Amino acid sequence: MAADDLYREYLVELYRHPHNYGLMAAPDVRQEGQNPLCGDEVTIDLKLEGERVTQARFEGRGCAVSMAAASILTDLAPGRTLAELAAMGDEEMLAEIGLPSLTPARRKCALLALKTLQVGARARAGAGVGAGAEAGTGKEEG
Amino acid sequence: MSATRLPAQDAPAPRALDPERLRADFPALHRRVHGHPYTYLDSAATSQRPRSVIRAVDAYYRRTNANIHRGVYAAAEEATALYEGARDRIAALLDVDRSEVIYTRNATEGLNLVAYAYGEGHVGPNDAVLVTESEHHSNLLPWQRLCERRGARLEVLPVTDRGELDLSELDAVLARGVRIVALSHVSNVLGVENPVAYVAERAHRAGAVVVVDAAQSVPHMPVRPRALGADFLAFSGHKMLGPTGIGVLWGRRELLEAMPPFLTGGDMVGTVHLRRATWAELPHKFEAGTPAIAEAIGLGAAVEYLTALDLRAVAEHSRTLAMHAAERLAELPRVTVYGPPPGAARTAVVAFNVAGVHPHDLATILDGQGVAIRAGHHCAQPLMERYGVAAMARASVYVYNRDQDLERLVAAVRRAQDVFGGA
Ligand SMILES: Cc1ncc(COP(=O)(O)O)c(C=O)c1O
Repeated sequence: MAADDLYREYLVELYRHPHNYGLMAAPDVRQEGQNPLCGDEVTIDLKLEGERVTQARFEGRGCAVSMAAASILTDLAPGRTLAELAAMGDEEMLAEIGLPSLTPARRKCALLALKTLQVGARARAGAGVGAGAEAGTGKEEG
Repeated sequence: MSATRLPAQDAPAPRALDPERLRADFPALHRRVHGHPYTYLDSAATSQRPRSVIRAVDAYYRRTNANIHRGVYAAAEEATALYEGARDRIAALLDVDRSEVIYTRNATEGLNLVAYAYGEGHVGPNDAVLVTESEHHSNLLPWQRLCERRGARLEVLPVTDRGELDLSELDAVLARGVRIVALSHVSNVLGVENPVAYVAERAHRAGAVVVVDAAQSVPHMPVRPRALGADFLAFSGHKMLGPTGIGVLWGRRELLEAMPPFLTGGDMVGTVHLRRATWAELPHKFEAGTPAIAEAIGLGAAVEYLTALDLRAVAEHSRTLAMHAAERLAELPRVTVYGPPPGAARTAVVAFNVAGVHPHDLATILDGQGVAIRAGHHCAQPLMERYGVAAMARASVYVYNRDQDLERLVAAVRRAQDVFGGA
């Protein structure tokens, strides 16, 4: 798919009218993340029942790919457990947003929301590894 | 090896560049990208390389392929002659003595070399280092770190909305114990040429040395470090048609001689005993270990290519094209061009933003049209802050770019605006 078809079809729509936008008053999990490459920032809020996400919302600032990805992720998170979300693979996320063939630099944009959510989920689950780390998705550009 | 001297200032005006003809020399320009002709507008990140450079690197590996300064056999002598011959060409380009031309990996390494080997010995707790708000991280972080290590202050010259240095406080700041002034000659974001000679004159009066980041100027204009009043000047080969992994630090001989080495090891010594050593003569004192031999030879070929074009013609071309680009972009609705306003001089780069379209999305859509630009913070985050943006798009030109490339850029930007629905 040509880059601008990809944008035309739905990314721009989600960018301008994202789902689940706006943070919660009292989230059970709140996690911020940044992508130094394009300066994208996202904050993800989760409401839980036990280990299961009942609601997900976000706020952020960044490119269409990262914002559309956050919209899609907060649509699919409710109903899943923290462990399931923590185990979600990059390819699965890219498939969910329908962007399997992004260039590596743009993959970081597409994966920012997921990486951020996963840092929060692991911290909450007390899994230890990587918990509390900044959800940066890569090296700073040169 | 005959090194070509820069034409004197009063030499006859050079012939204008013919980018259409030059393009034949740059093989990587002739690929297609996503079914479109390749429109390369990111030379400020790294330039293309002409065949002569690729051939010089290839020939070193194929025919010469020996270490330098070590063997007495024919190939080793040839390698040394090629490597040192490239140094002669660079010295001629800069109009300096060859002993002052130090090979580094890139501008970043040259600036770090000065921060360590000069800075450590000259900056103390009550001193300061002065940088500008528009520096590339490469000419900010070495000084930030030096100040941290030495307990010194980092002073900052602000830039105006037009991207020019605000010099109103220069003398006052210099009087506050500034030992080193580090500034770029040309900004990699705004394309502004800074008044280095003026700053250097004031700095010298105040007893400071001047370190010039010339990564974006040496590729685009005749640069004579001594005439500029620089004490140190660093640049990278890969932005001036040369290979990656090779750069140059020029420094005034007296300063270099008084400095301790930066890295130590083979190739940079006089005599070595177990508990003491003496250092080699300049420039070898600062070239520890086996250097990037092929790359240095390639850089020599790049300098030869640029010298044949005449840097004055290159300067005219880079300025004219960048000014056109700024004017064309500024004409578009909802486009902001940063730095010098349309009509004002700029060198080789134009940074801009399109309202409602994140620069990274813009760059992806442009890539879909075969147009390569840069998007991000351009390793100048403080400058992004200064302009209140997270990122900018940047188009940059070089000897092989034509007006036609700008037309493609403008058409692709319009298309992106269309995709984003006129935001
Ligand atoms: C103004 C300026 N300074 C320094 C650098 C660093 O160059 P390099 O990465 O080759 O060391 C660059 C290039 O990115 C630059 O544009």
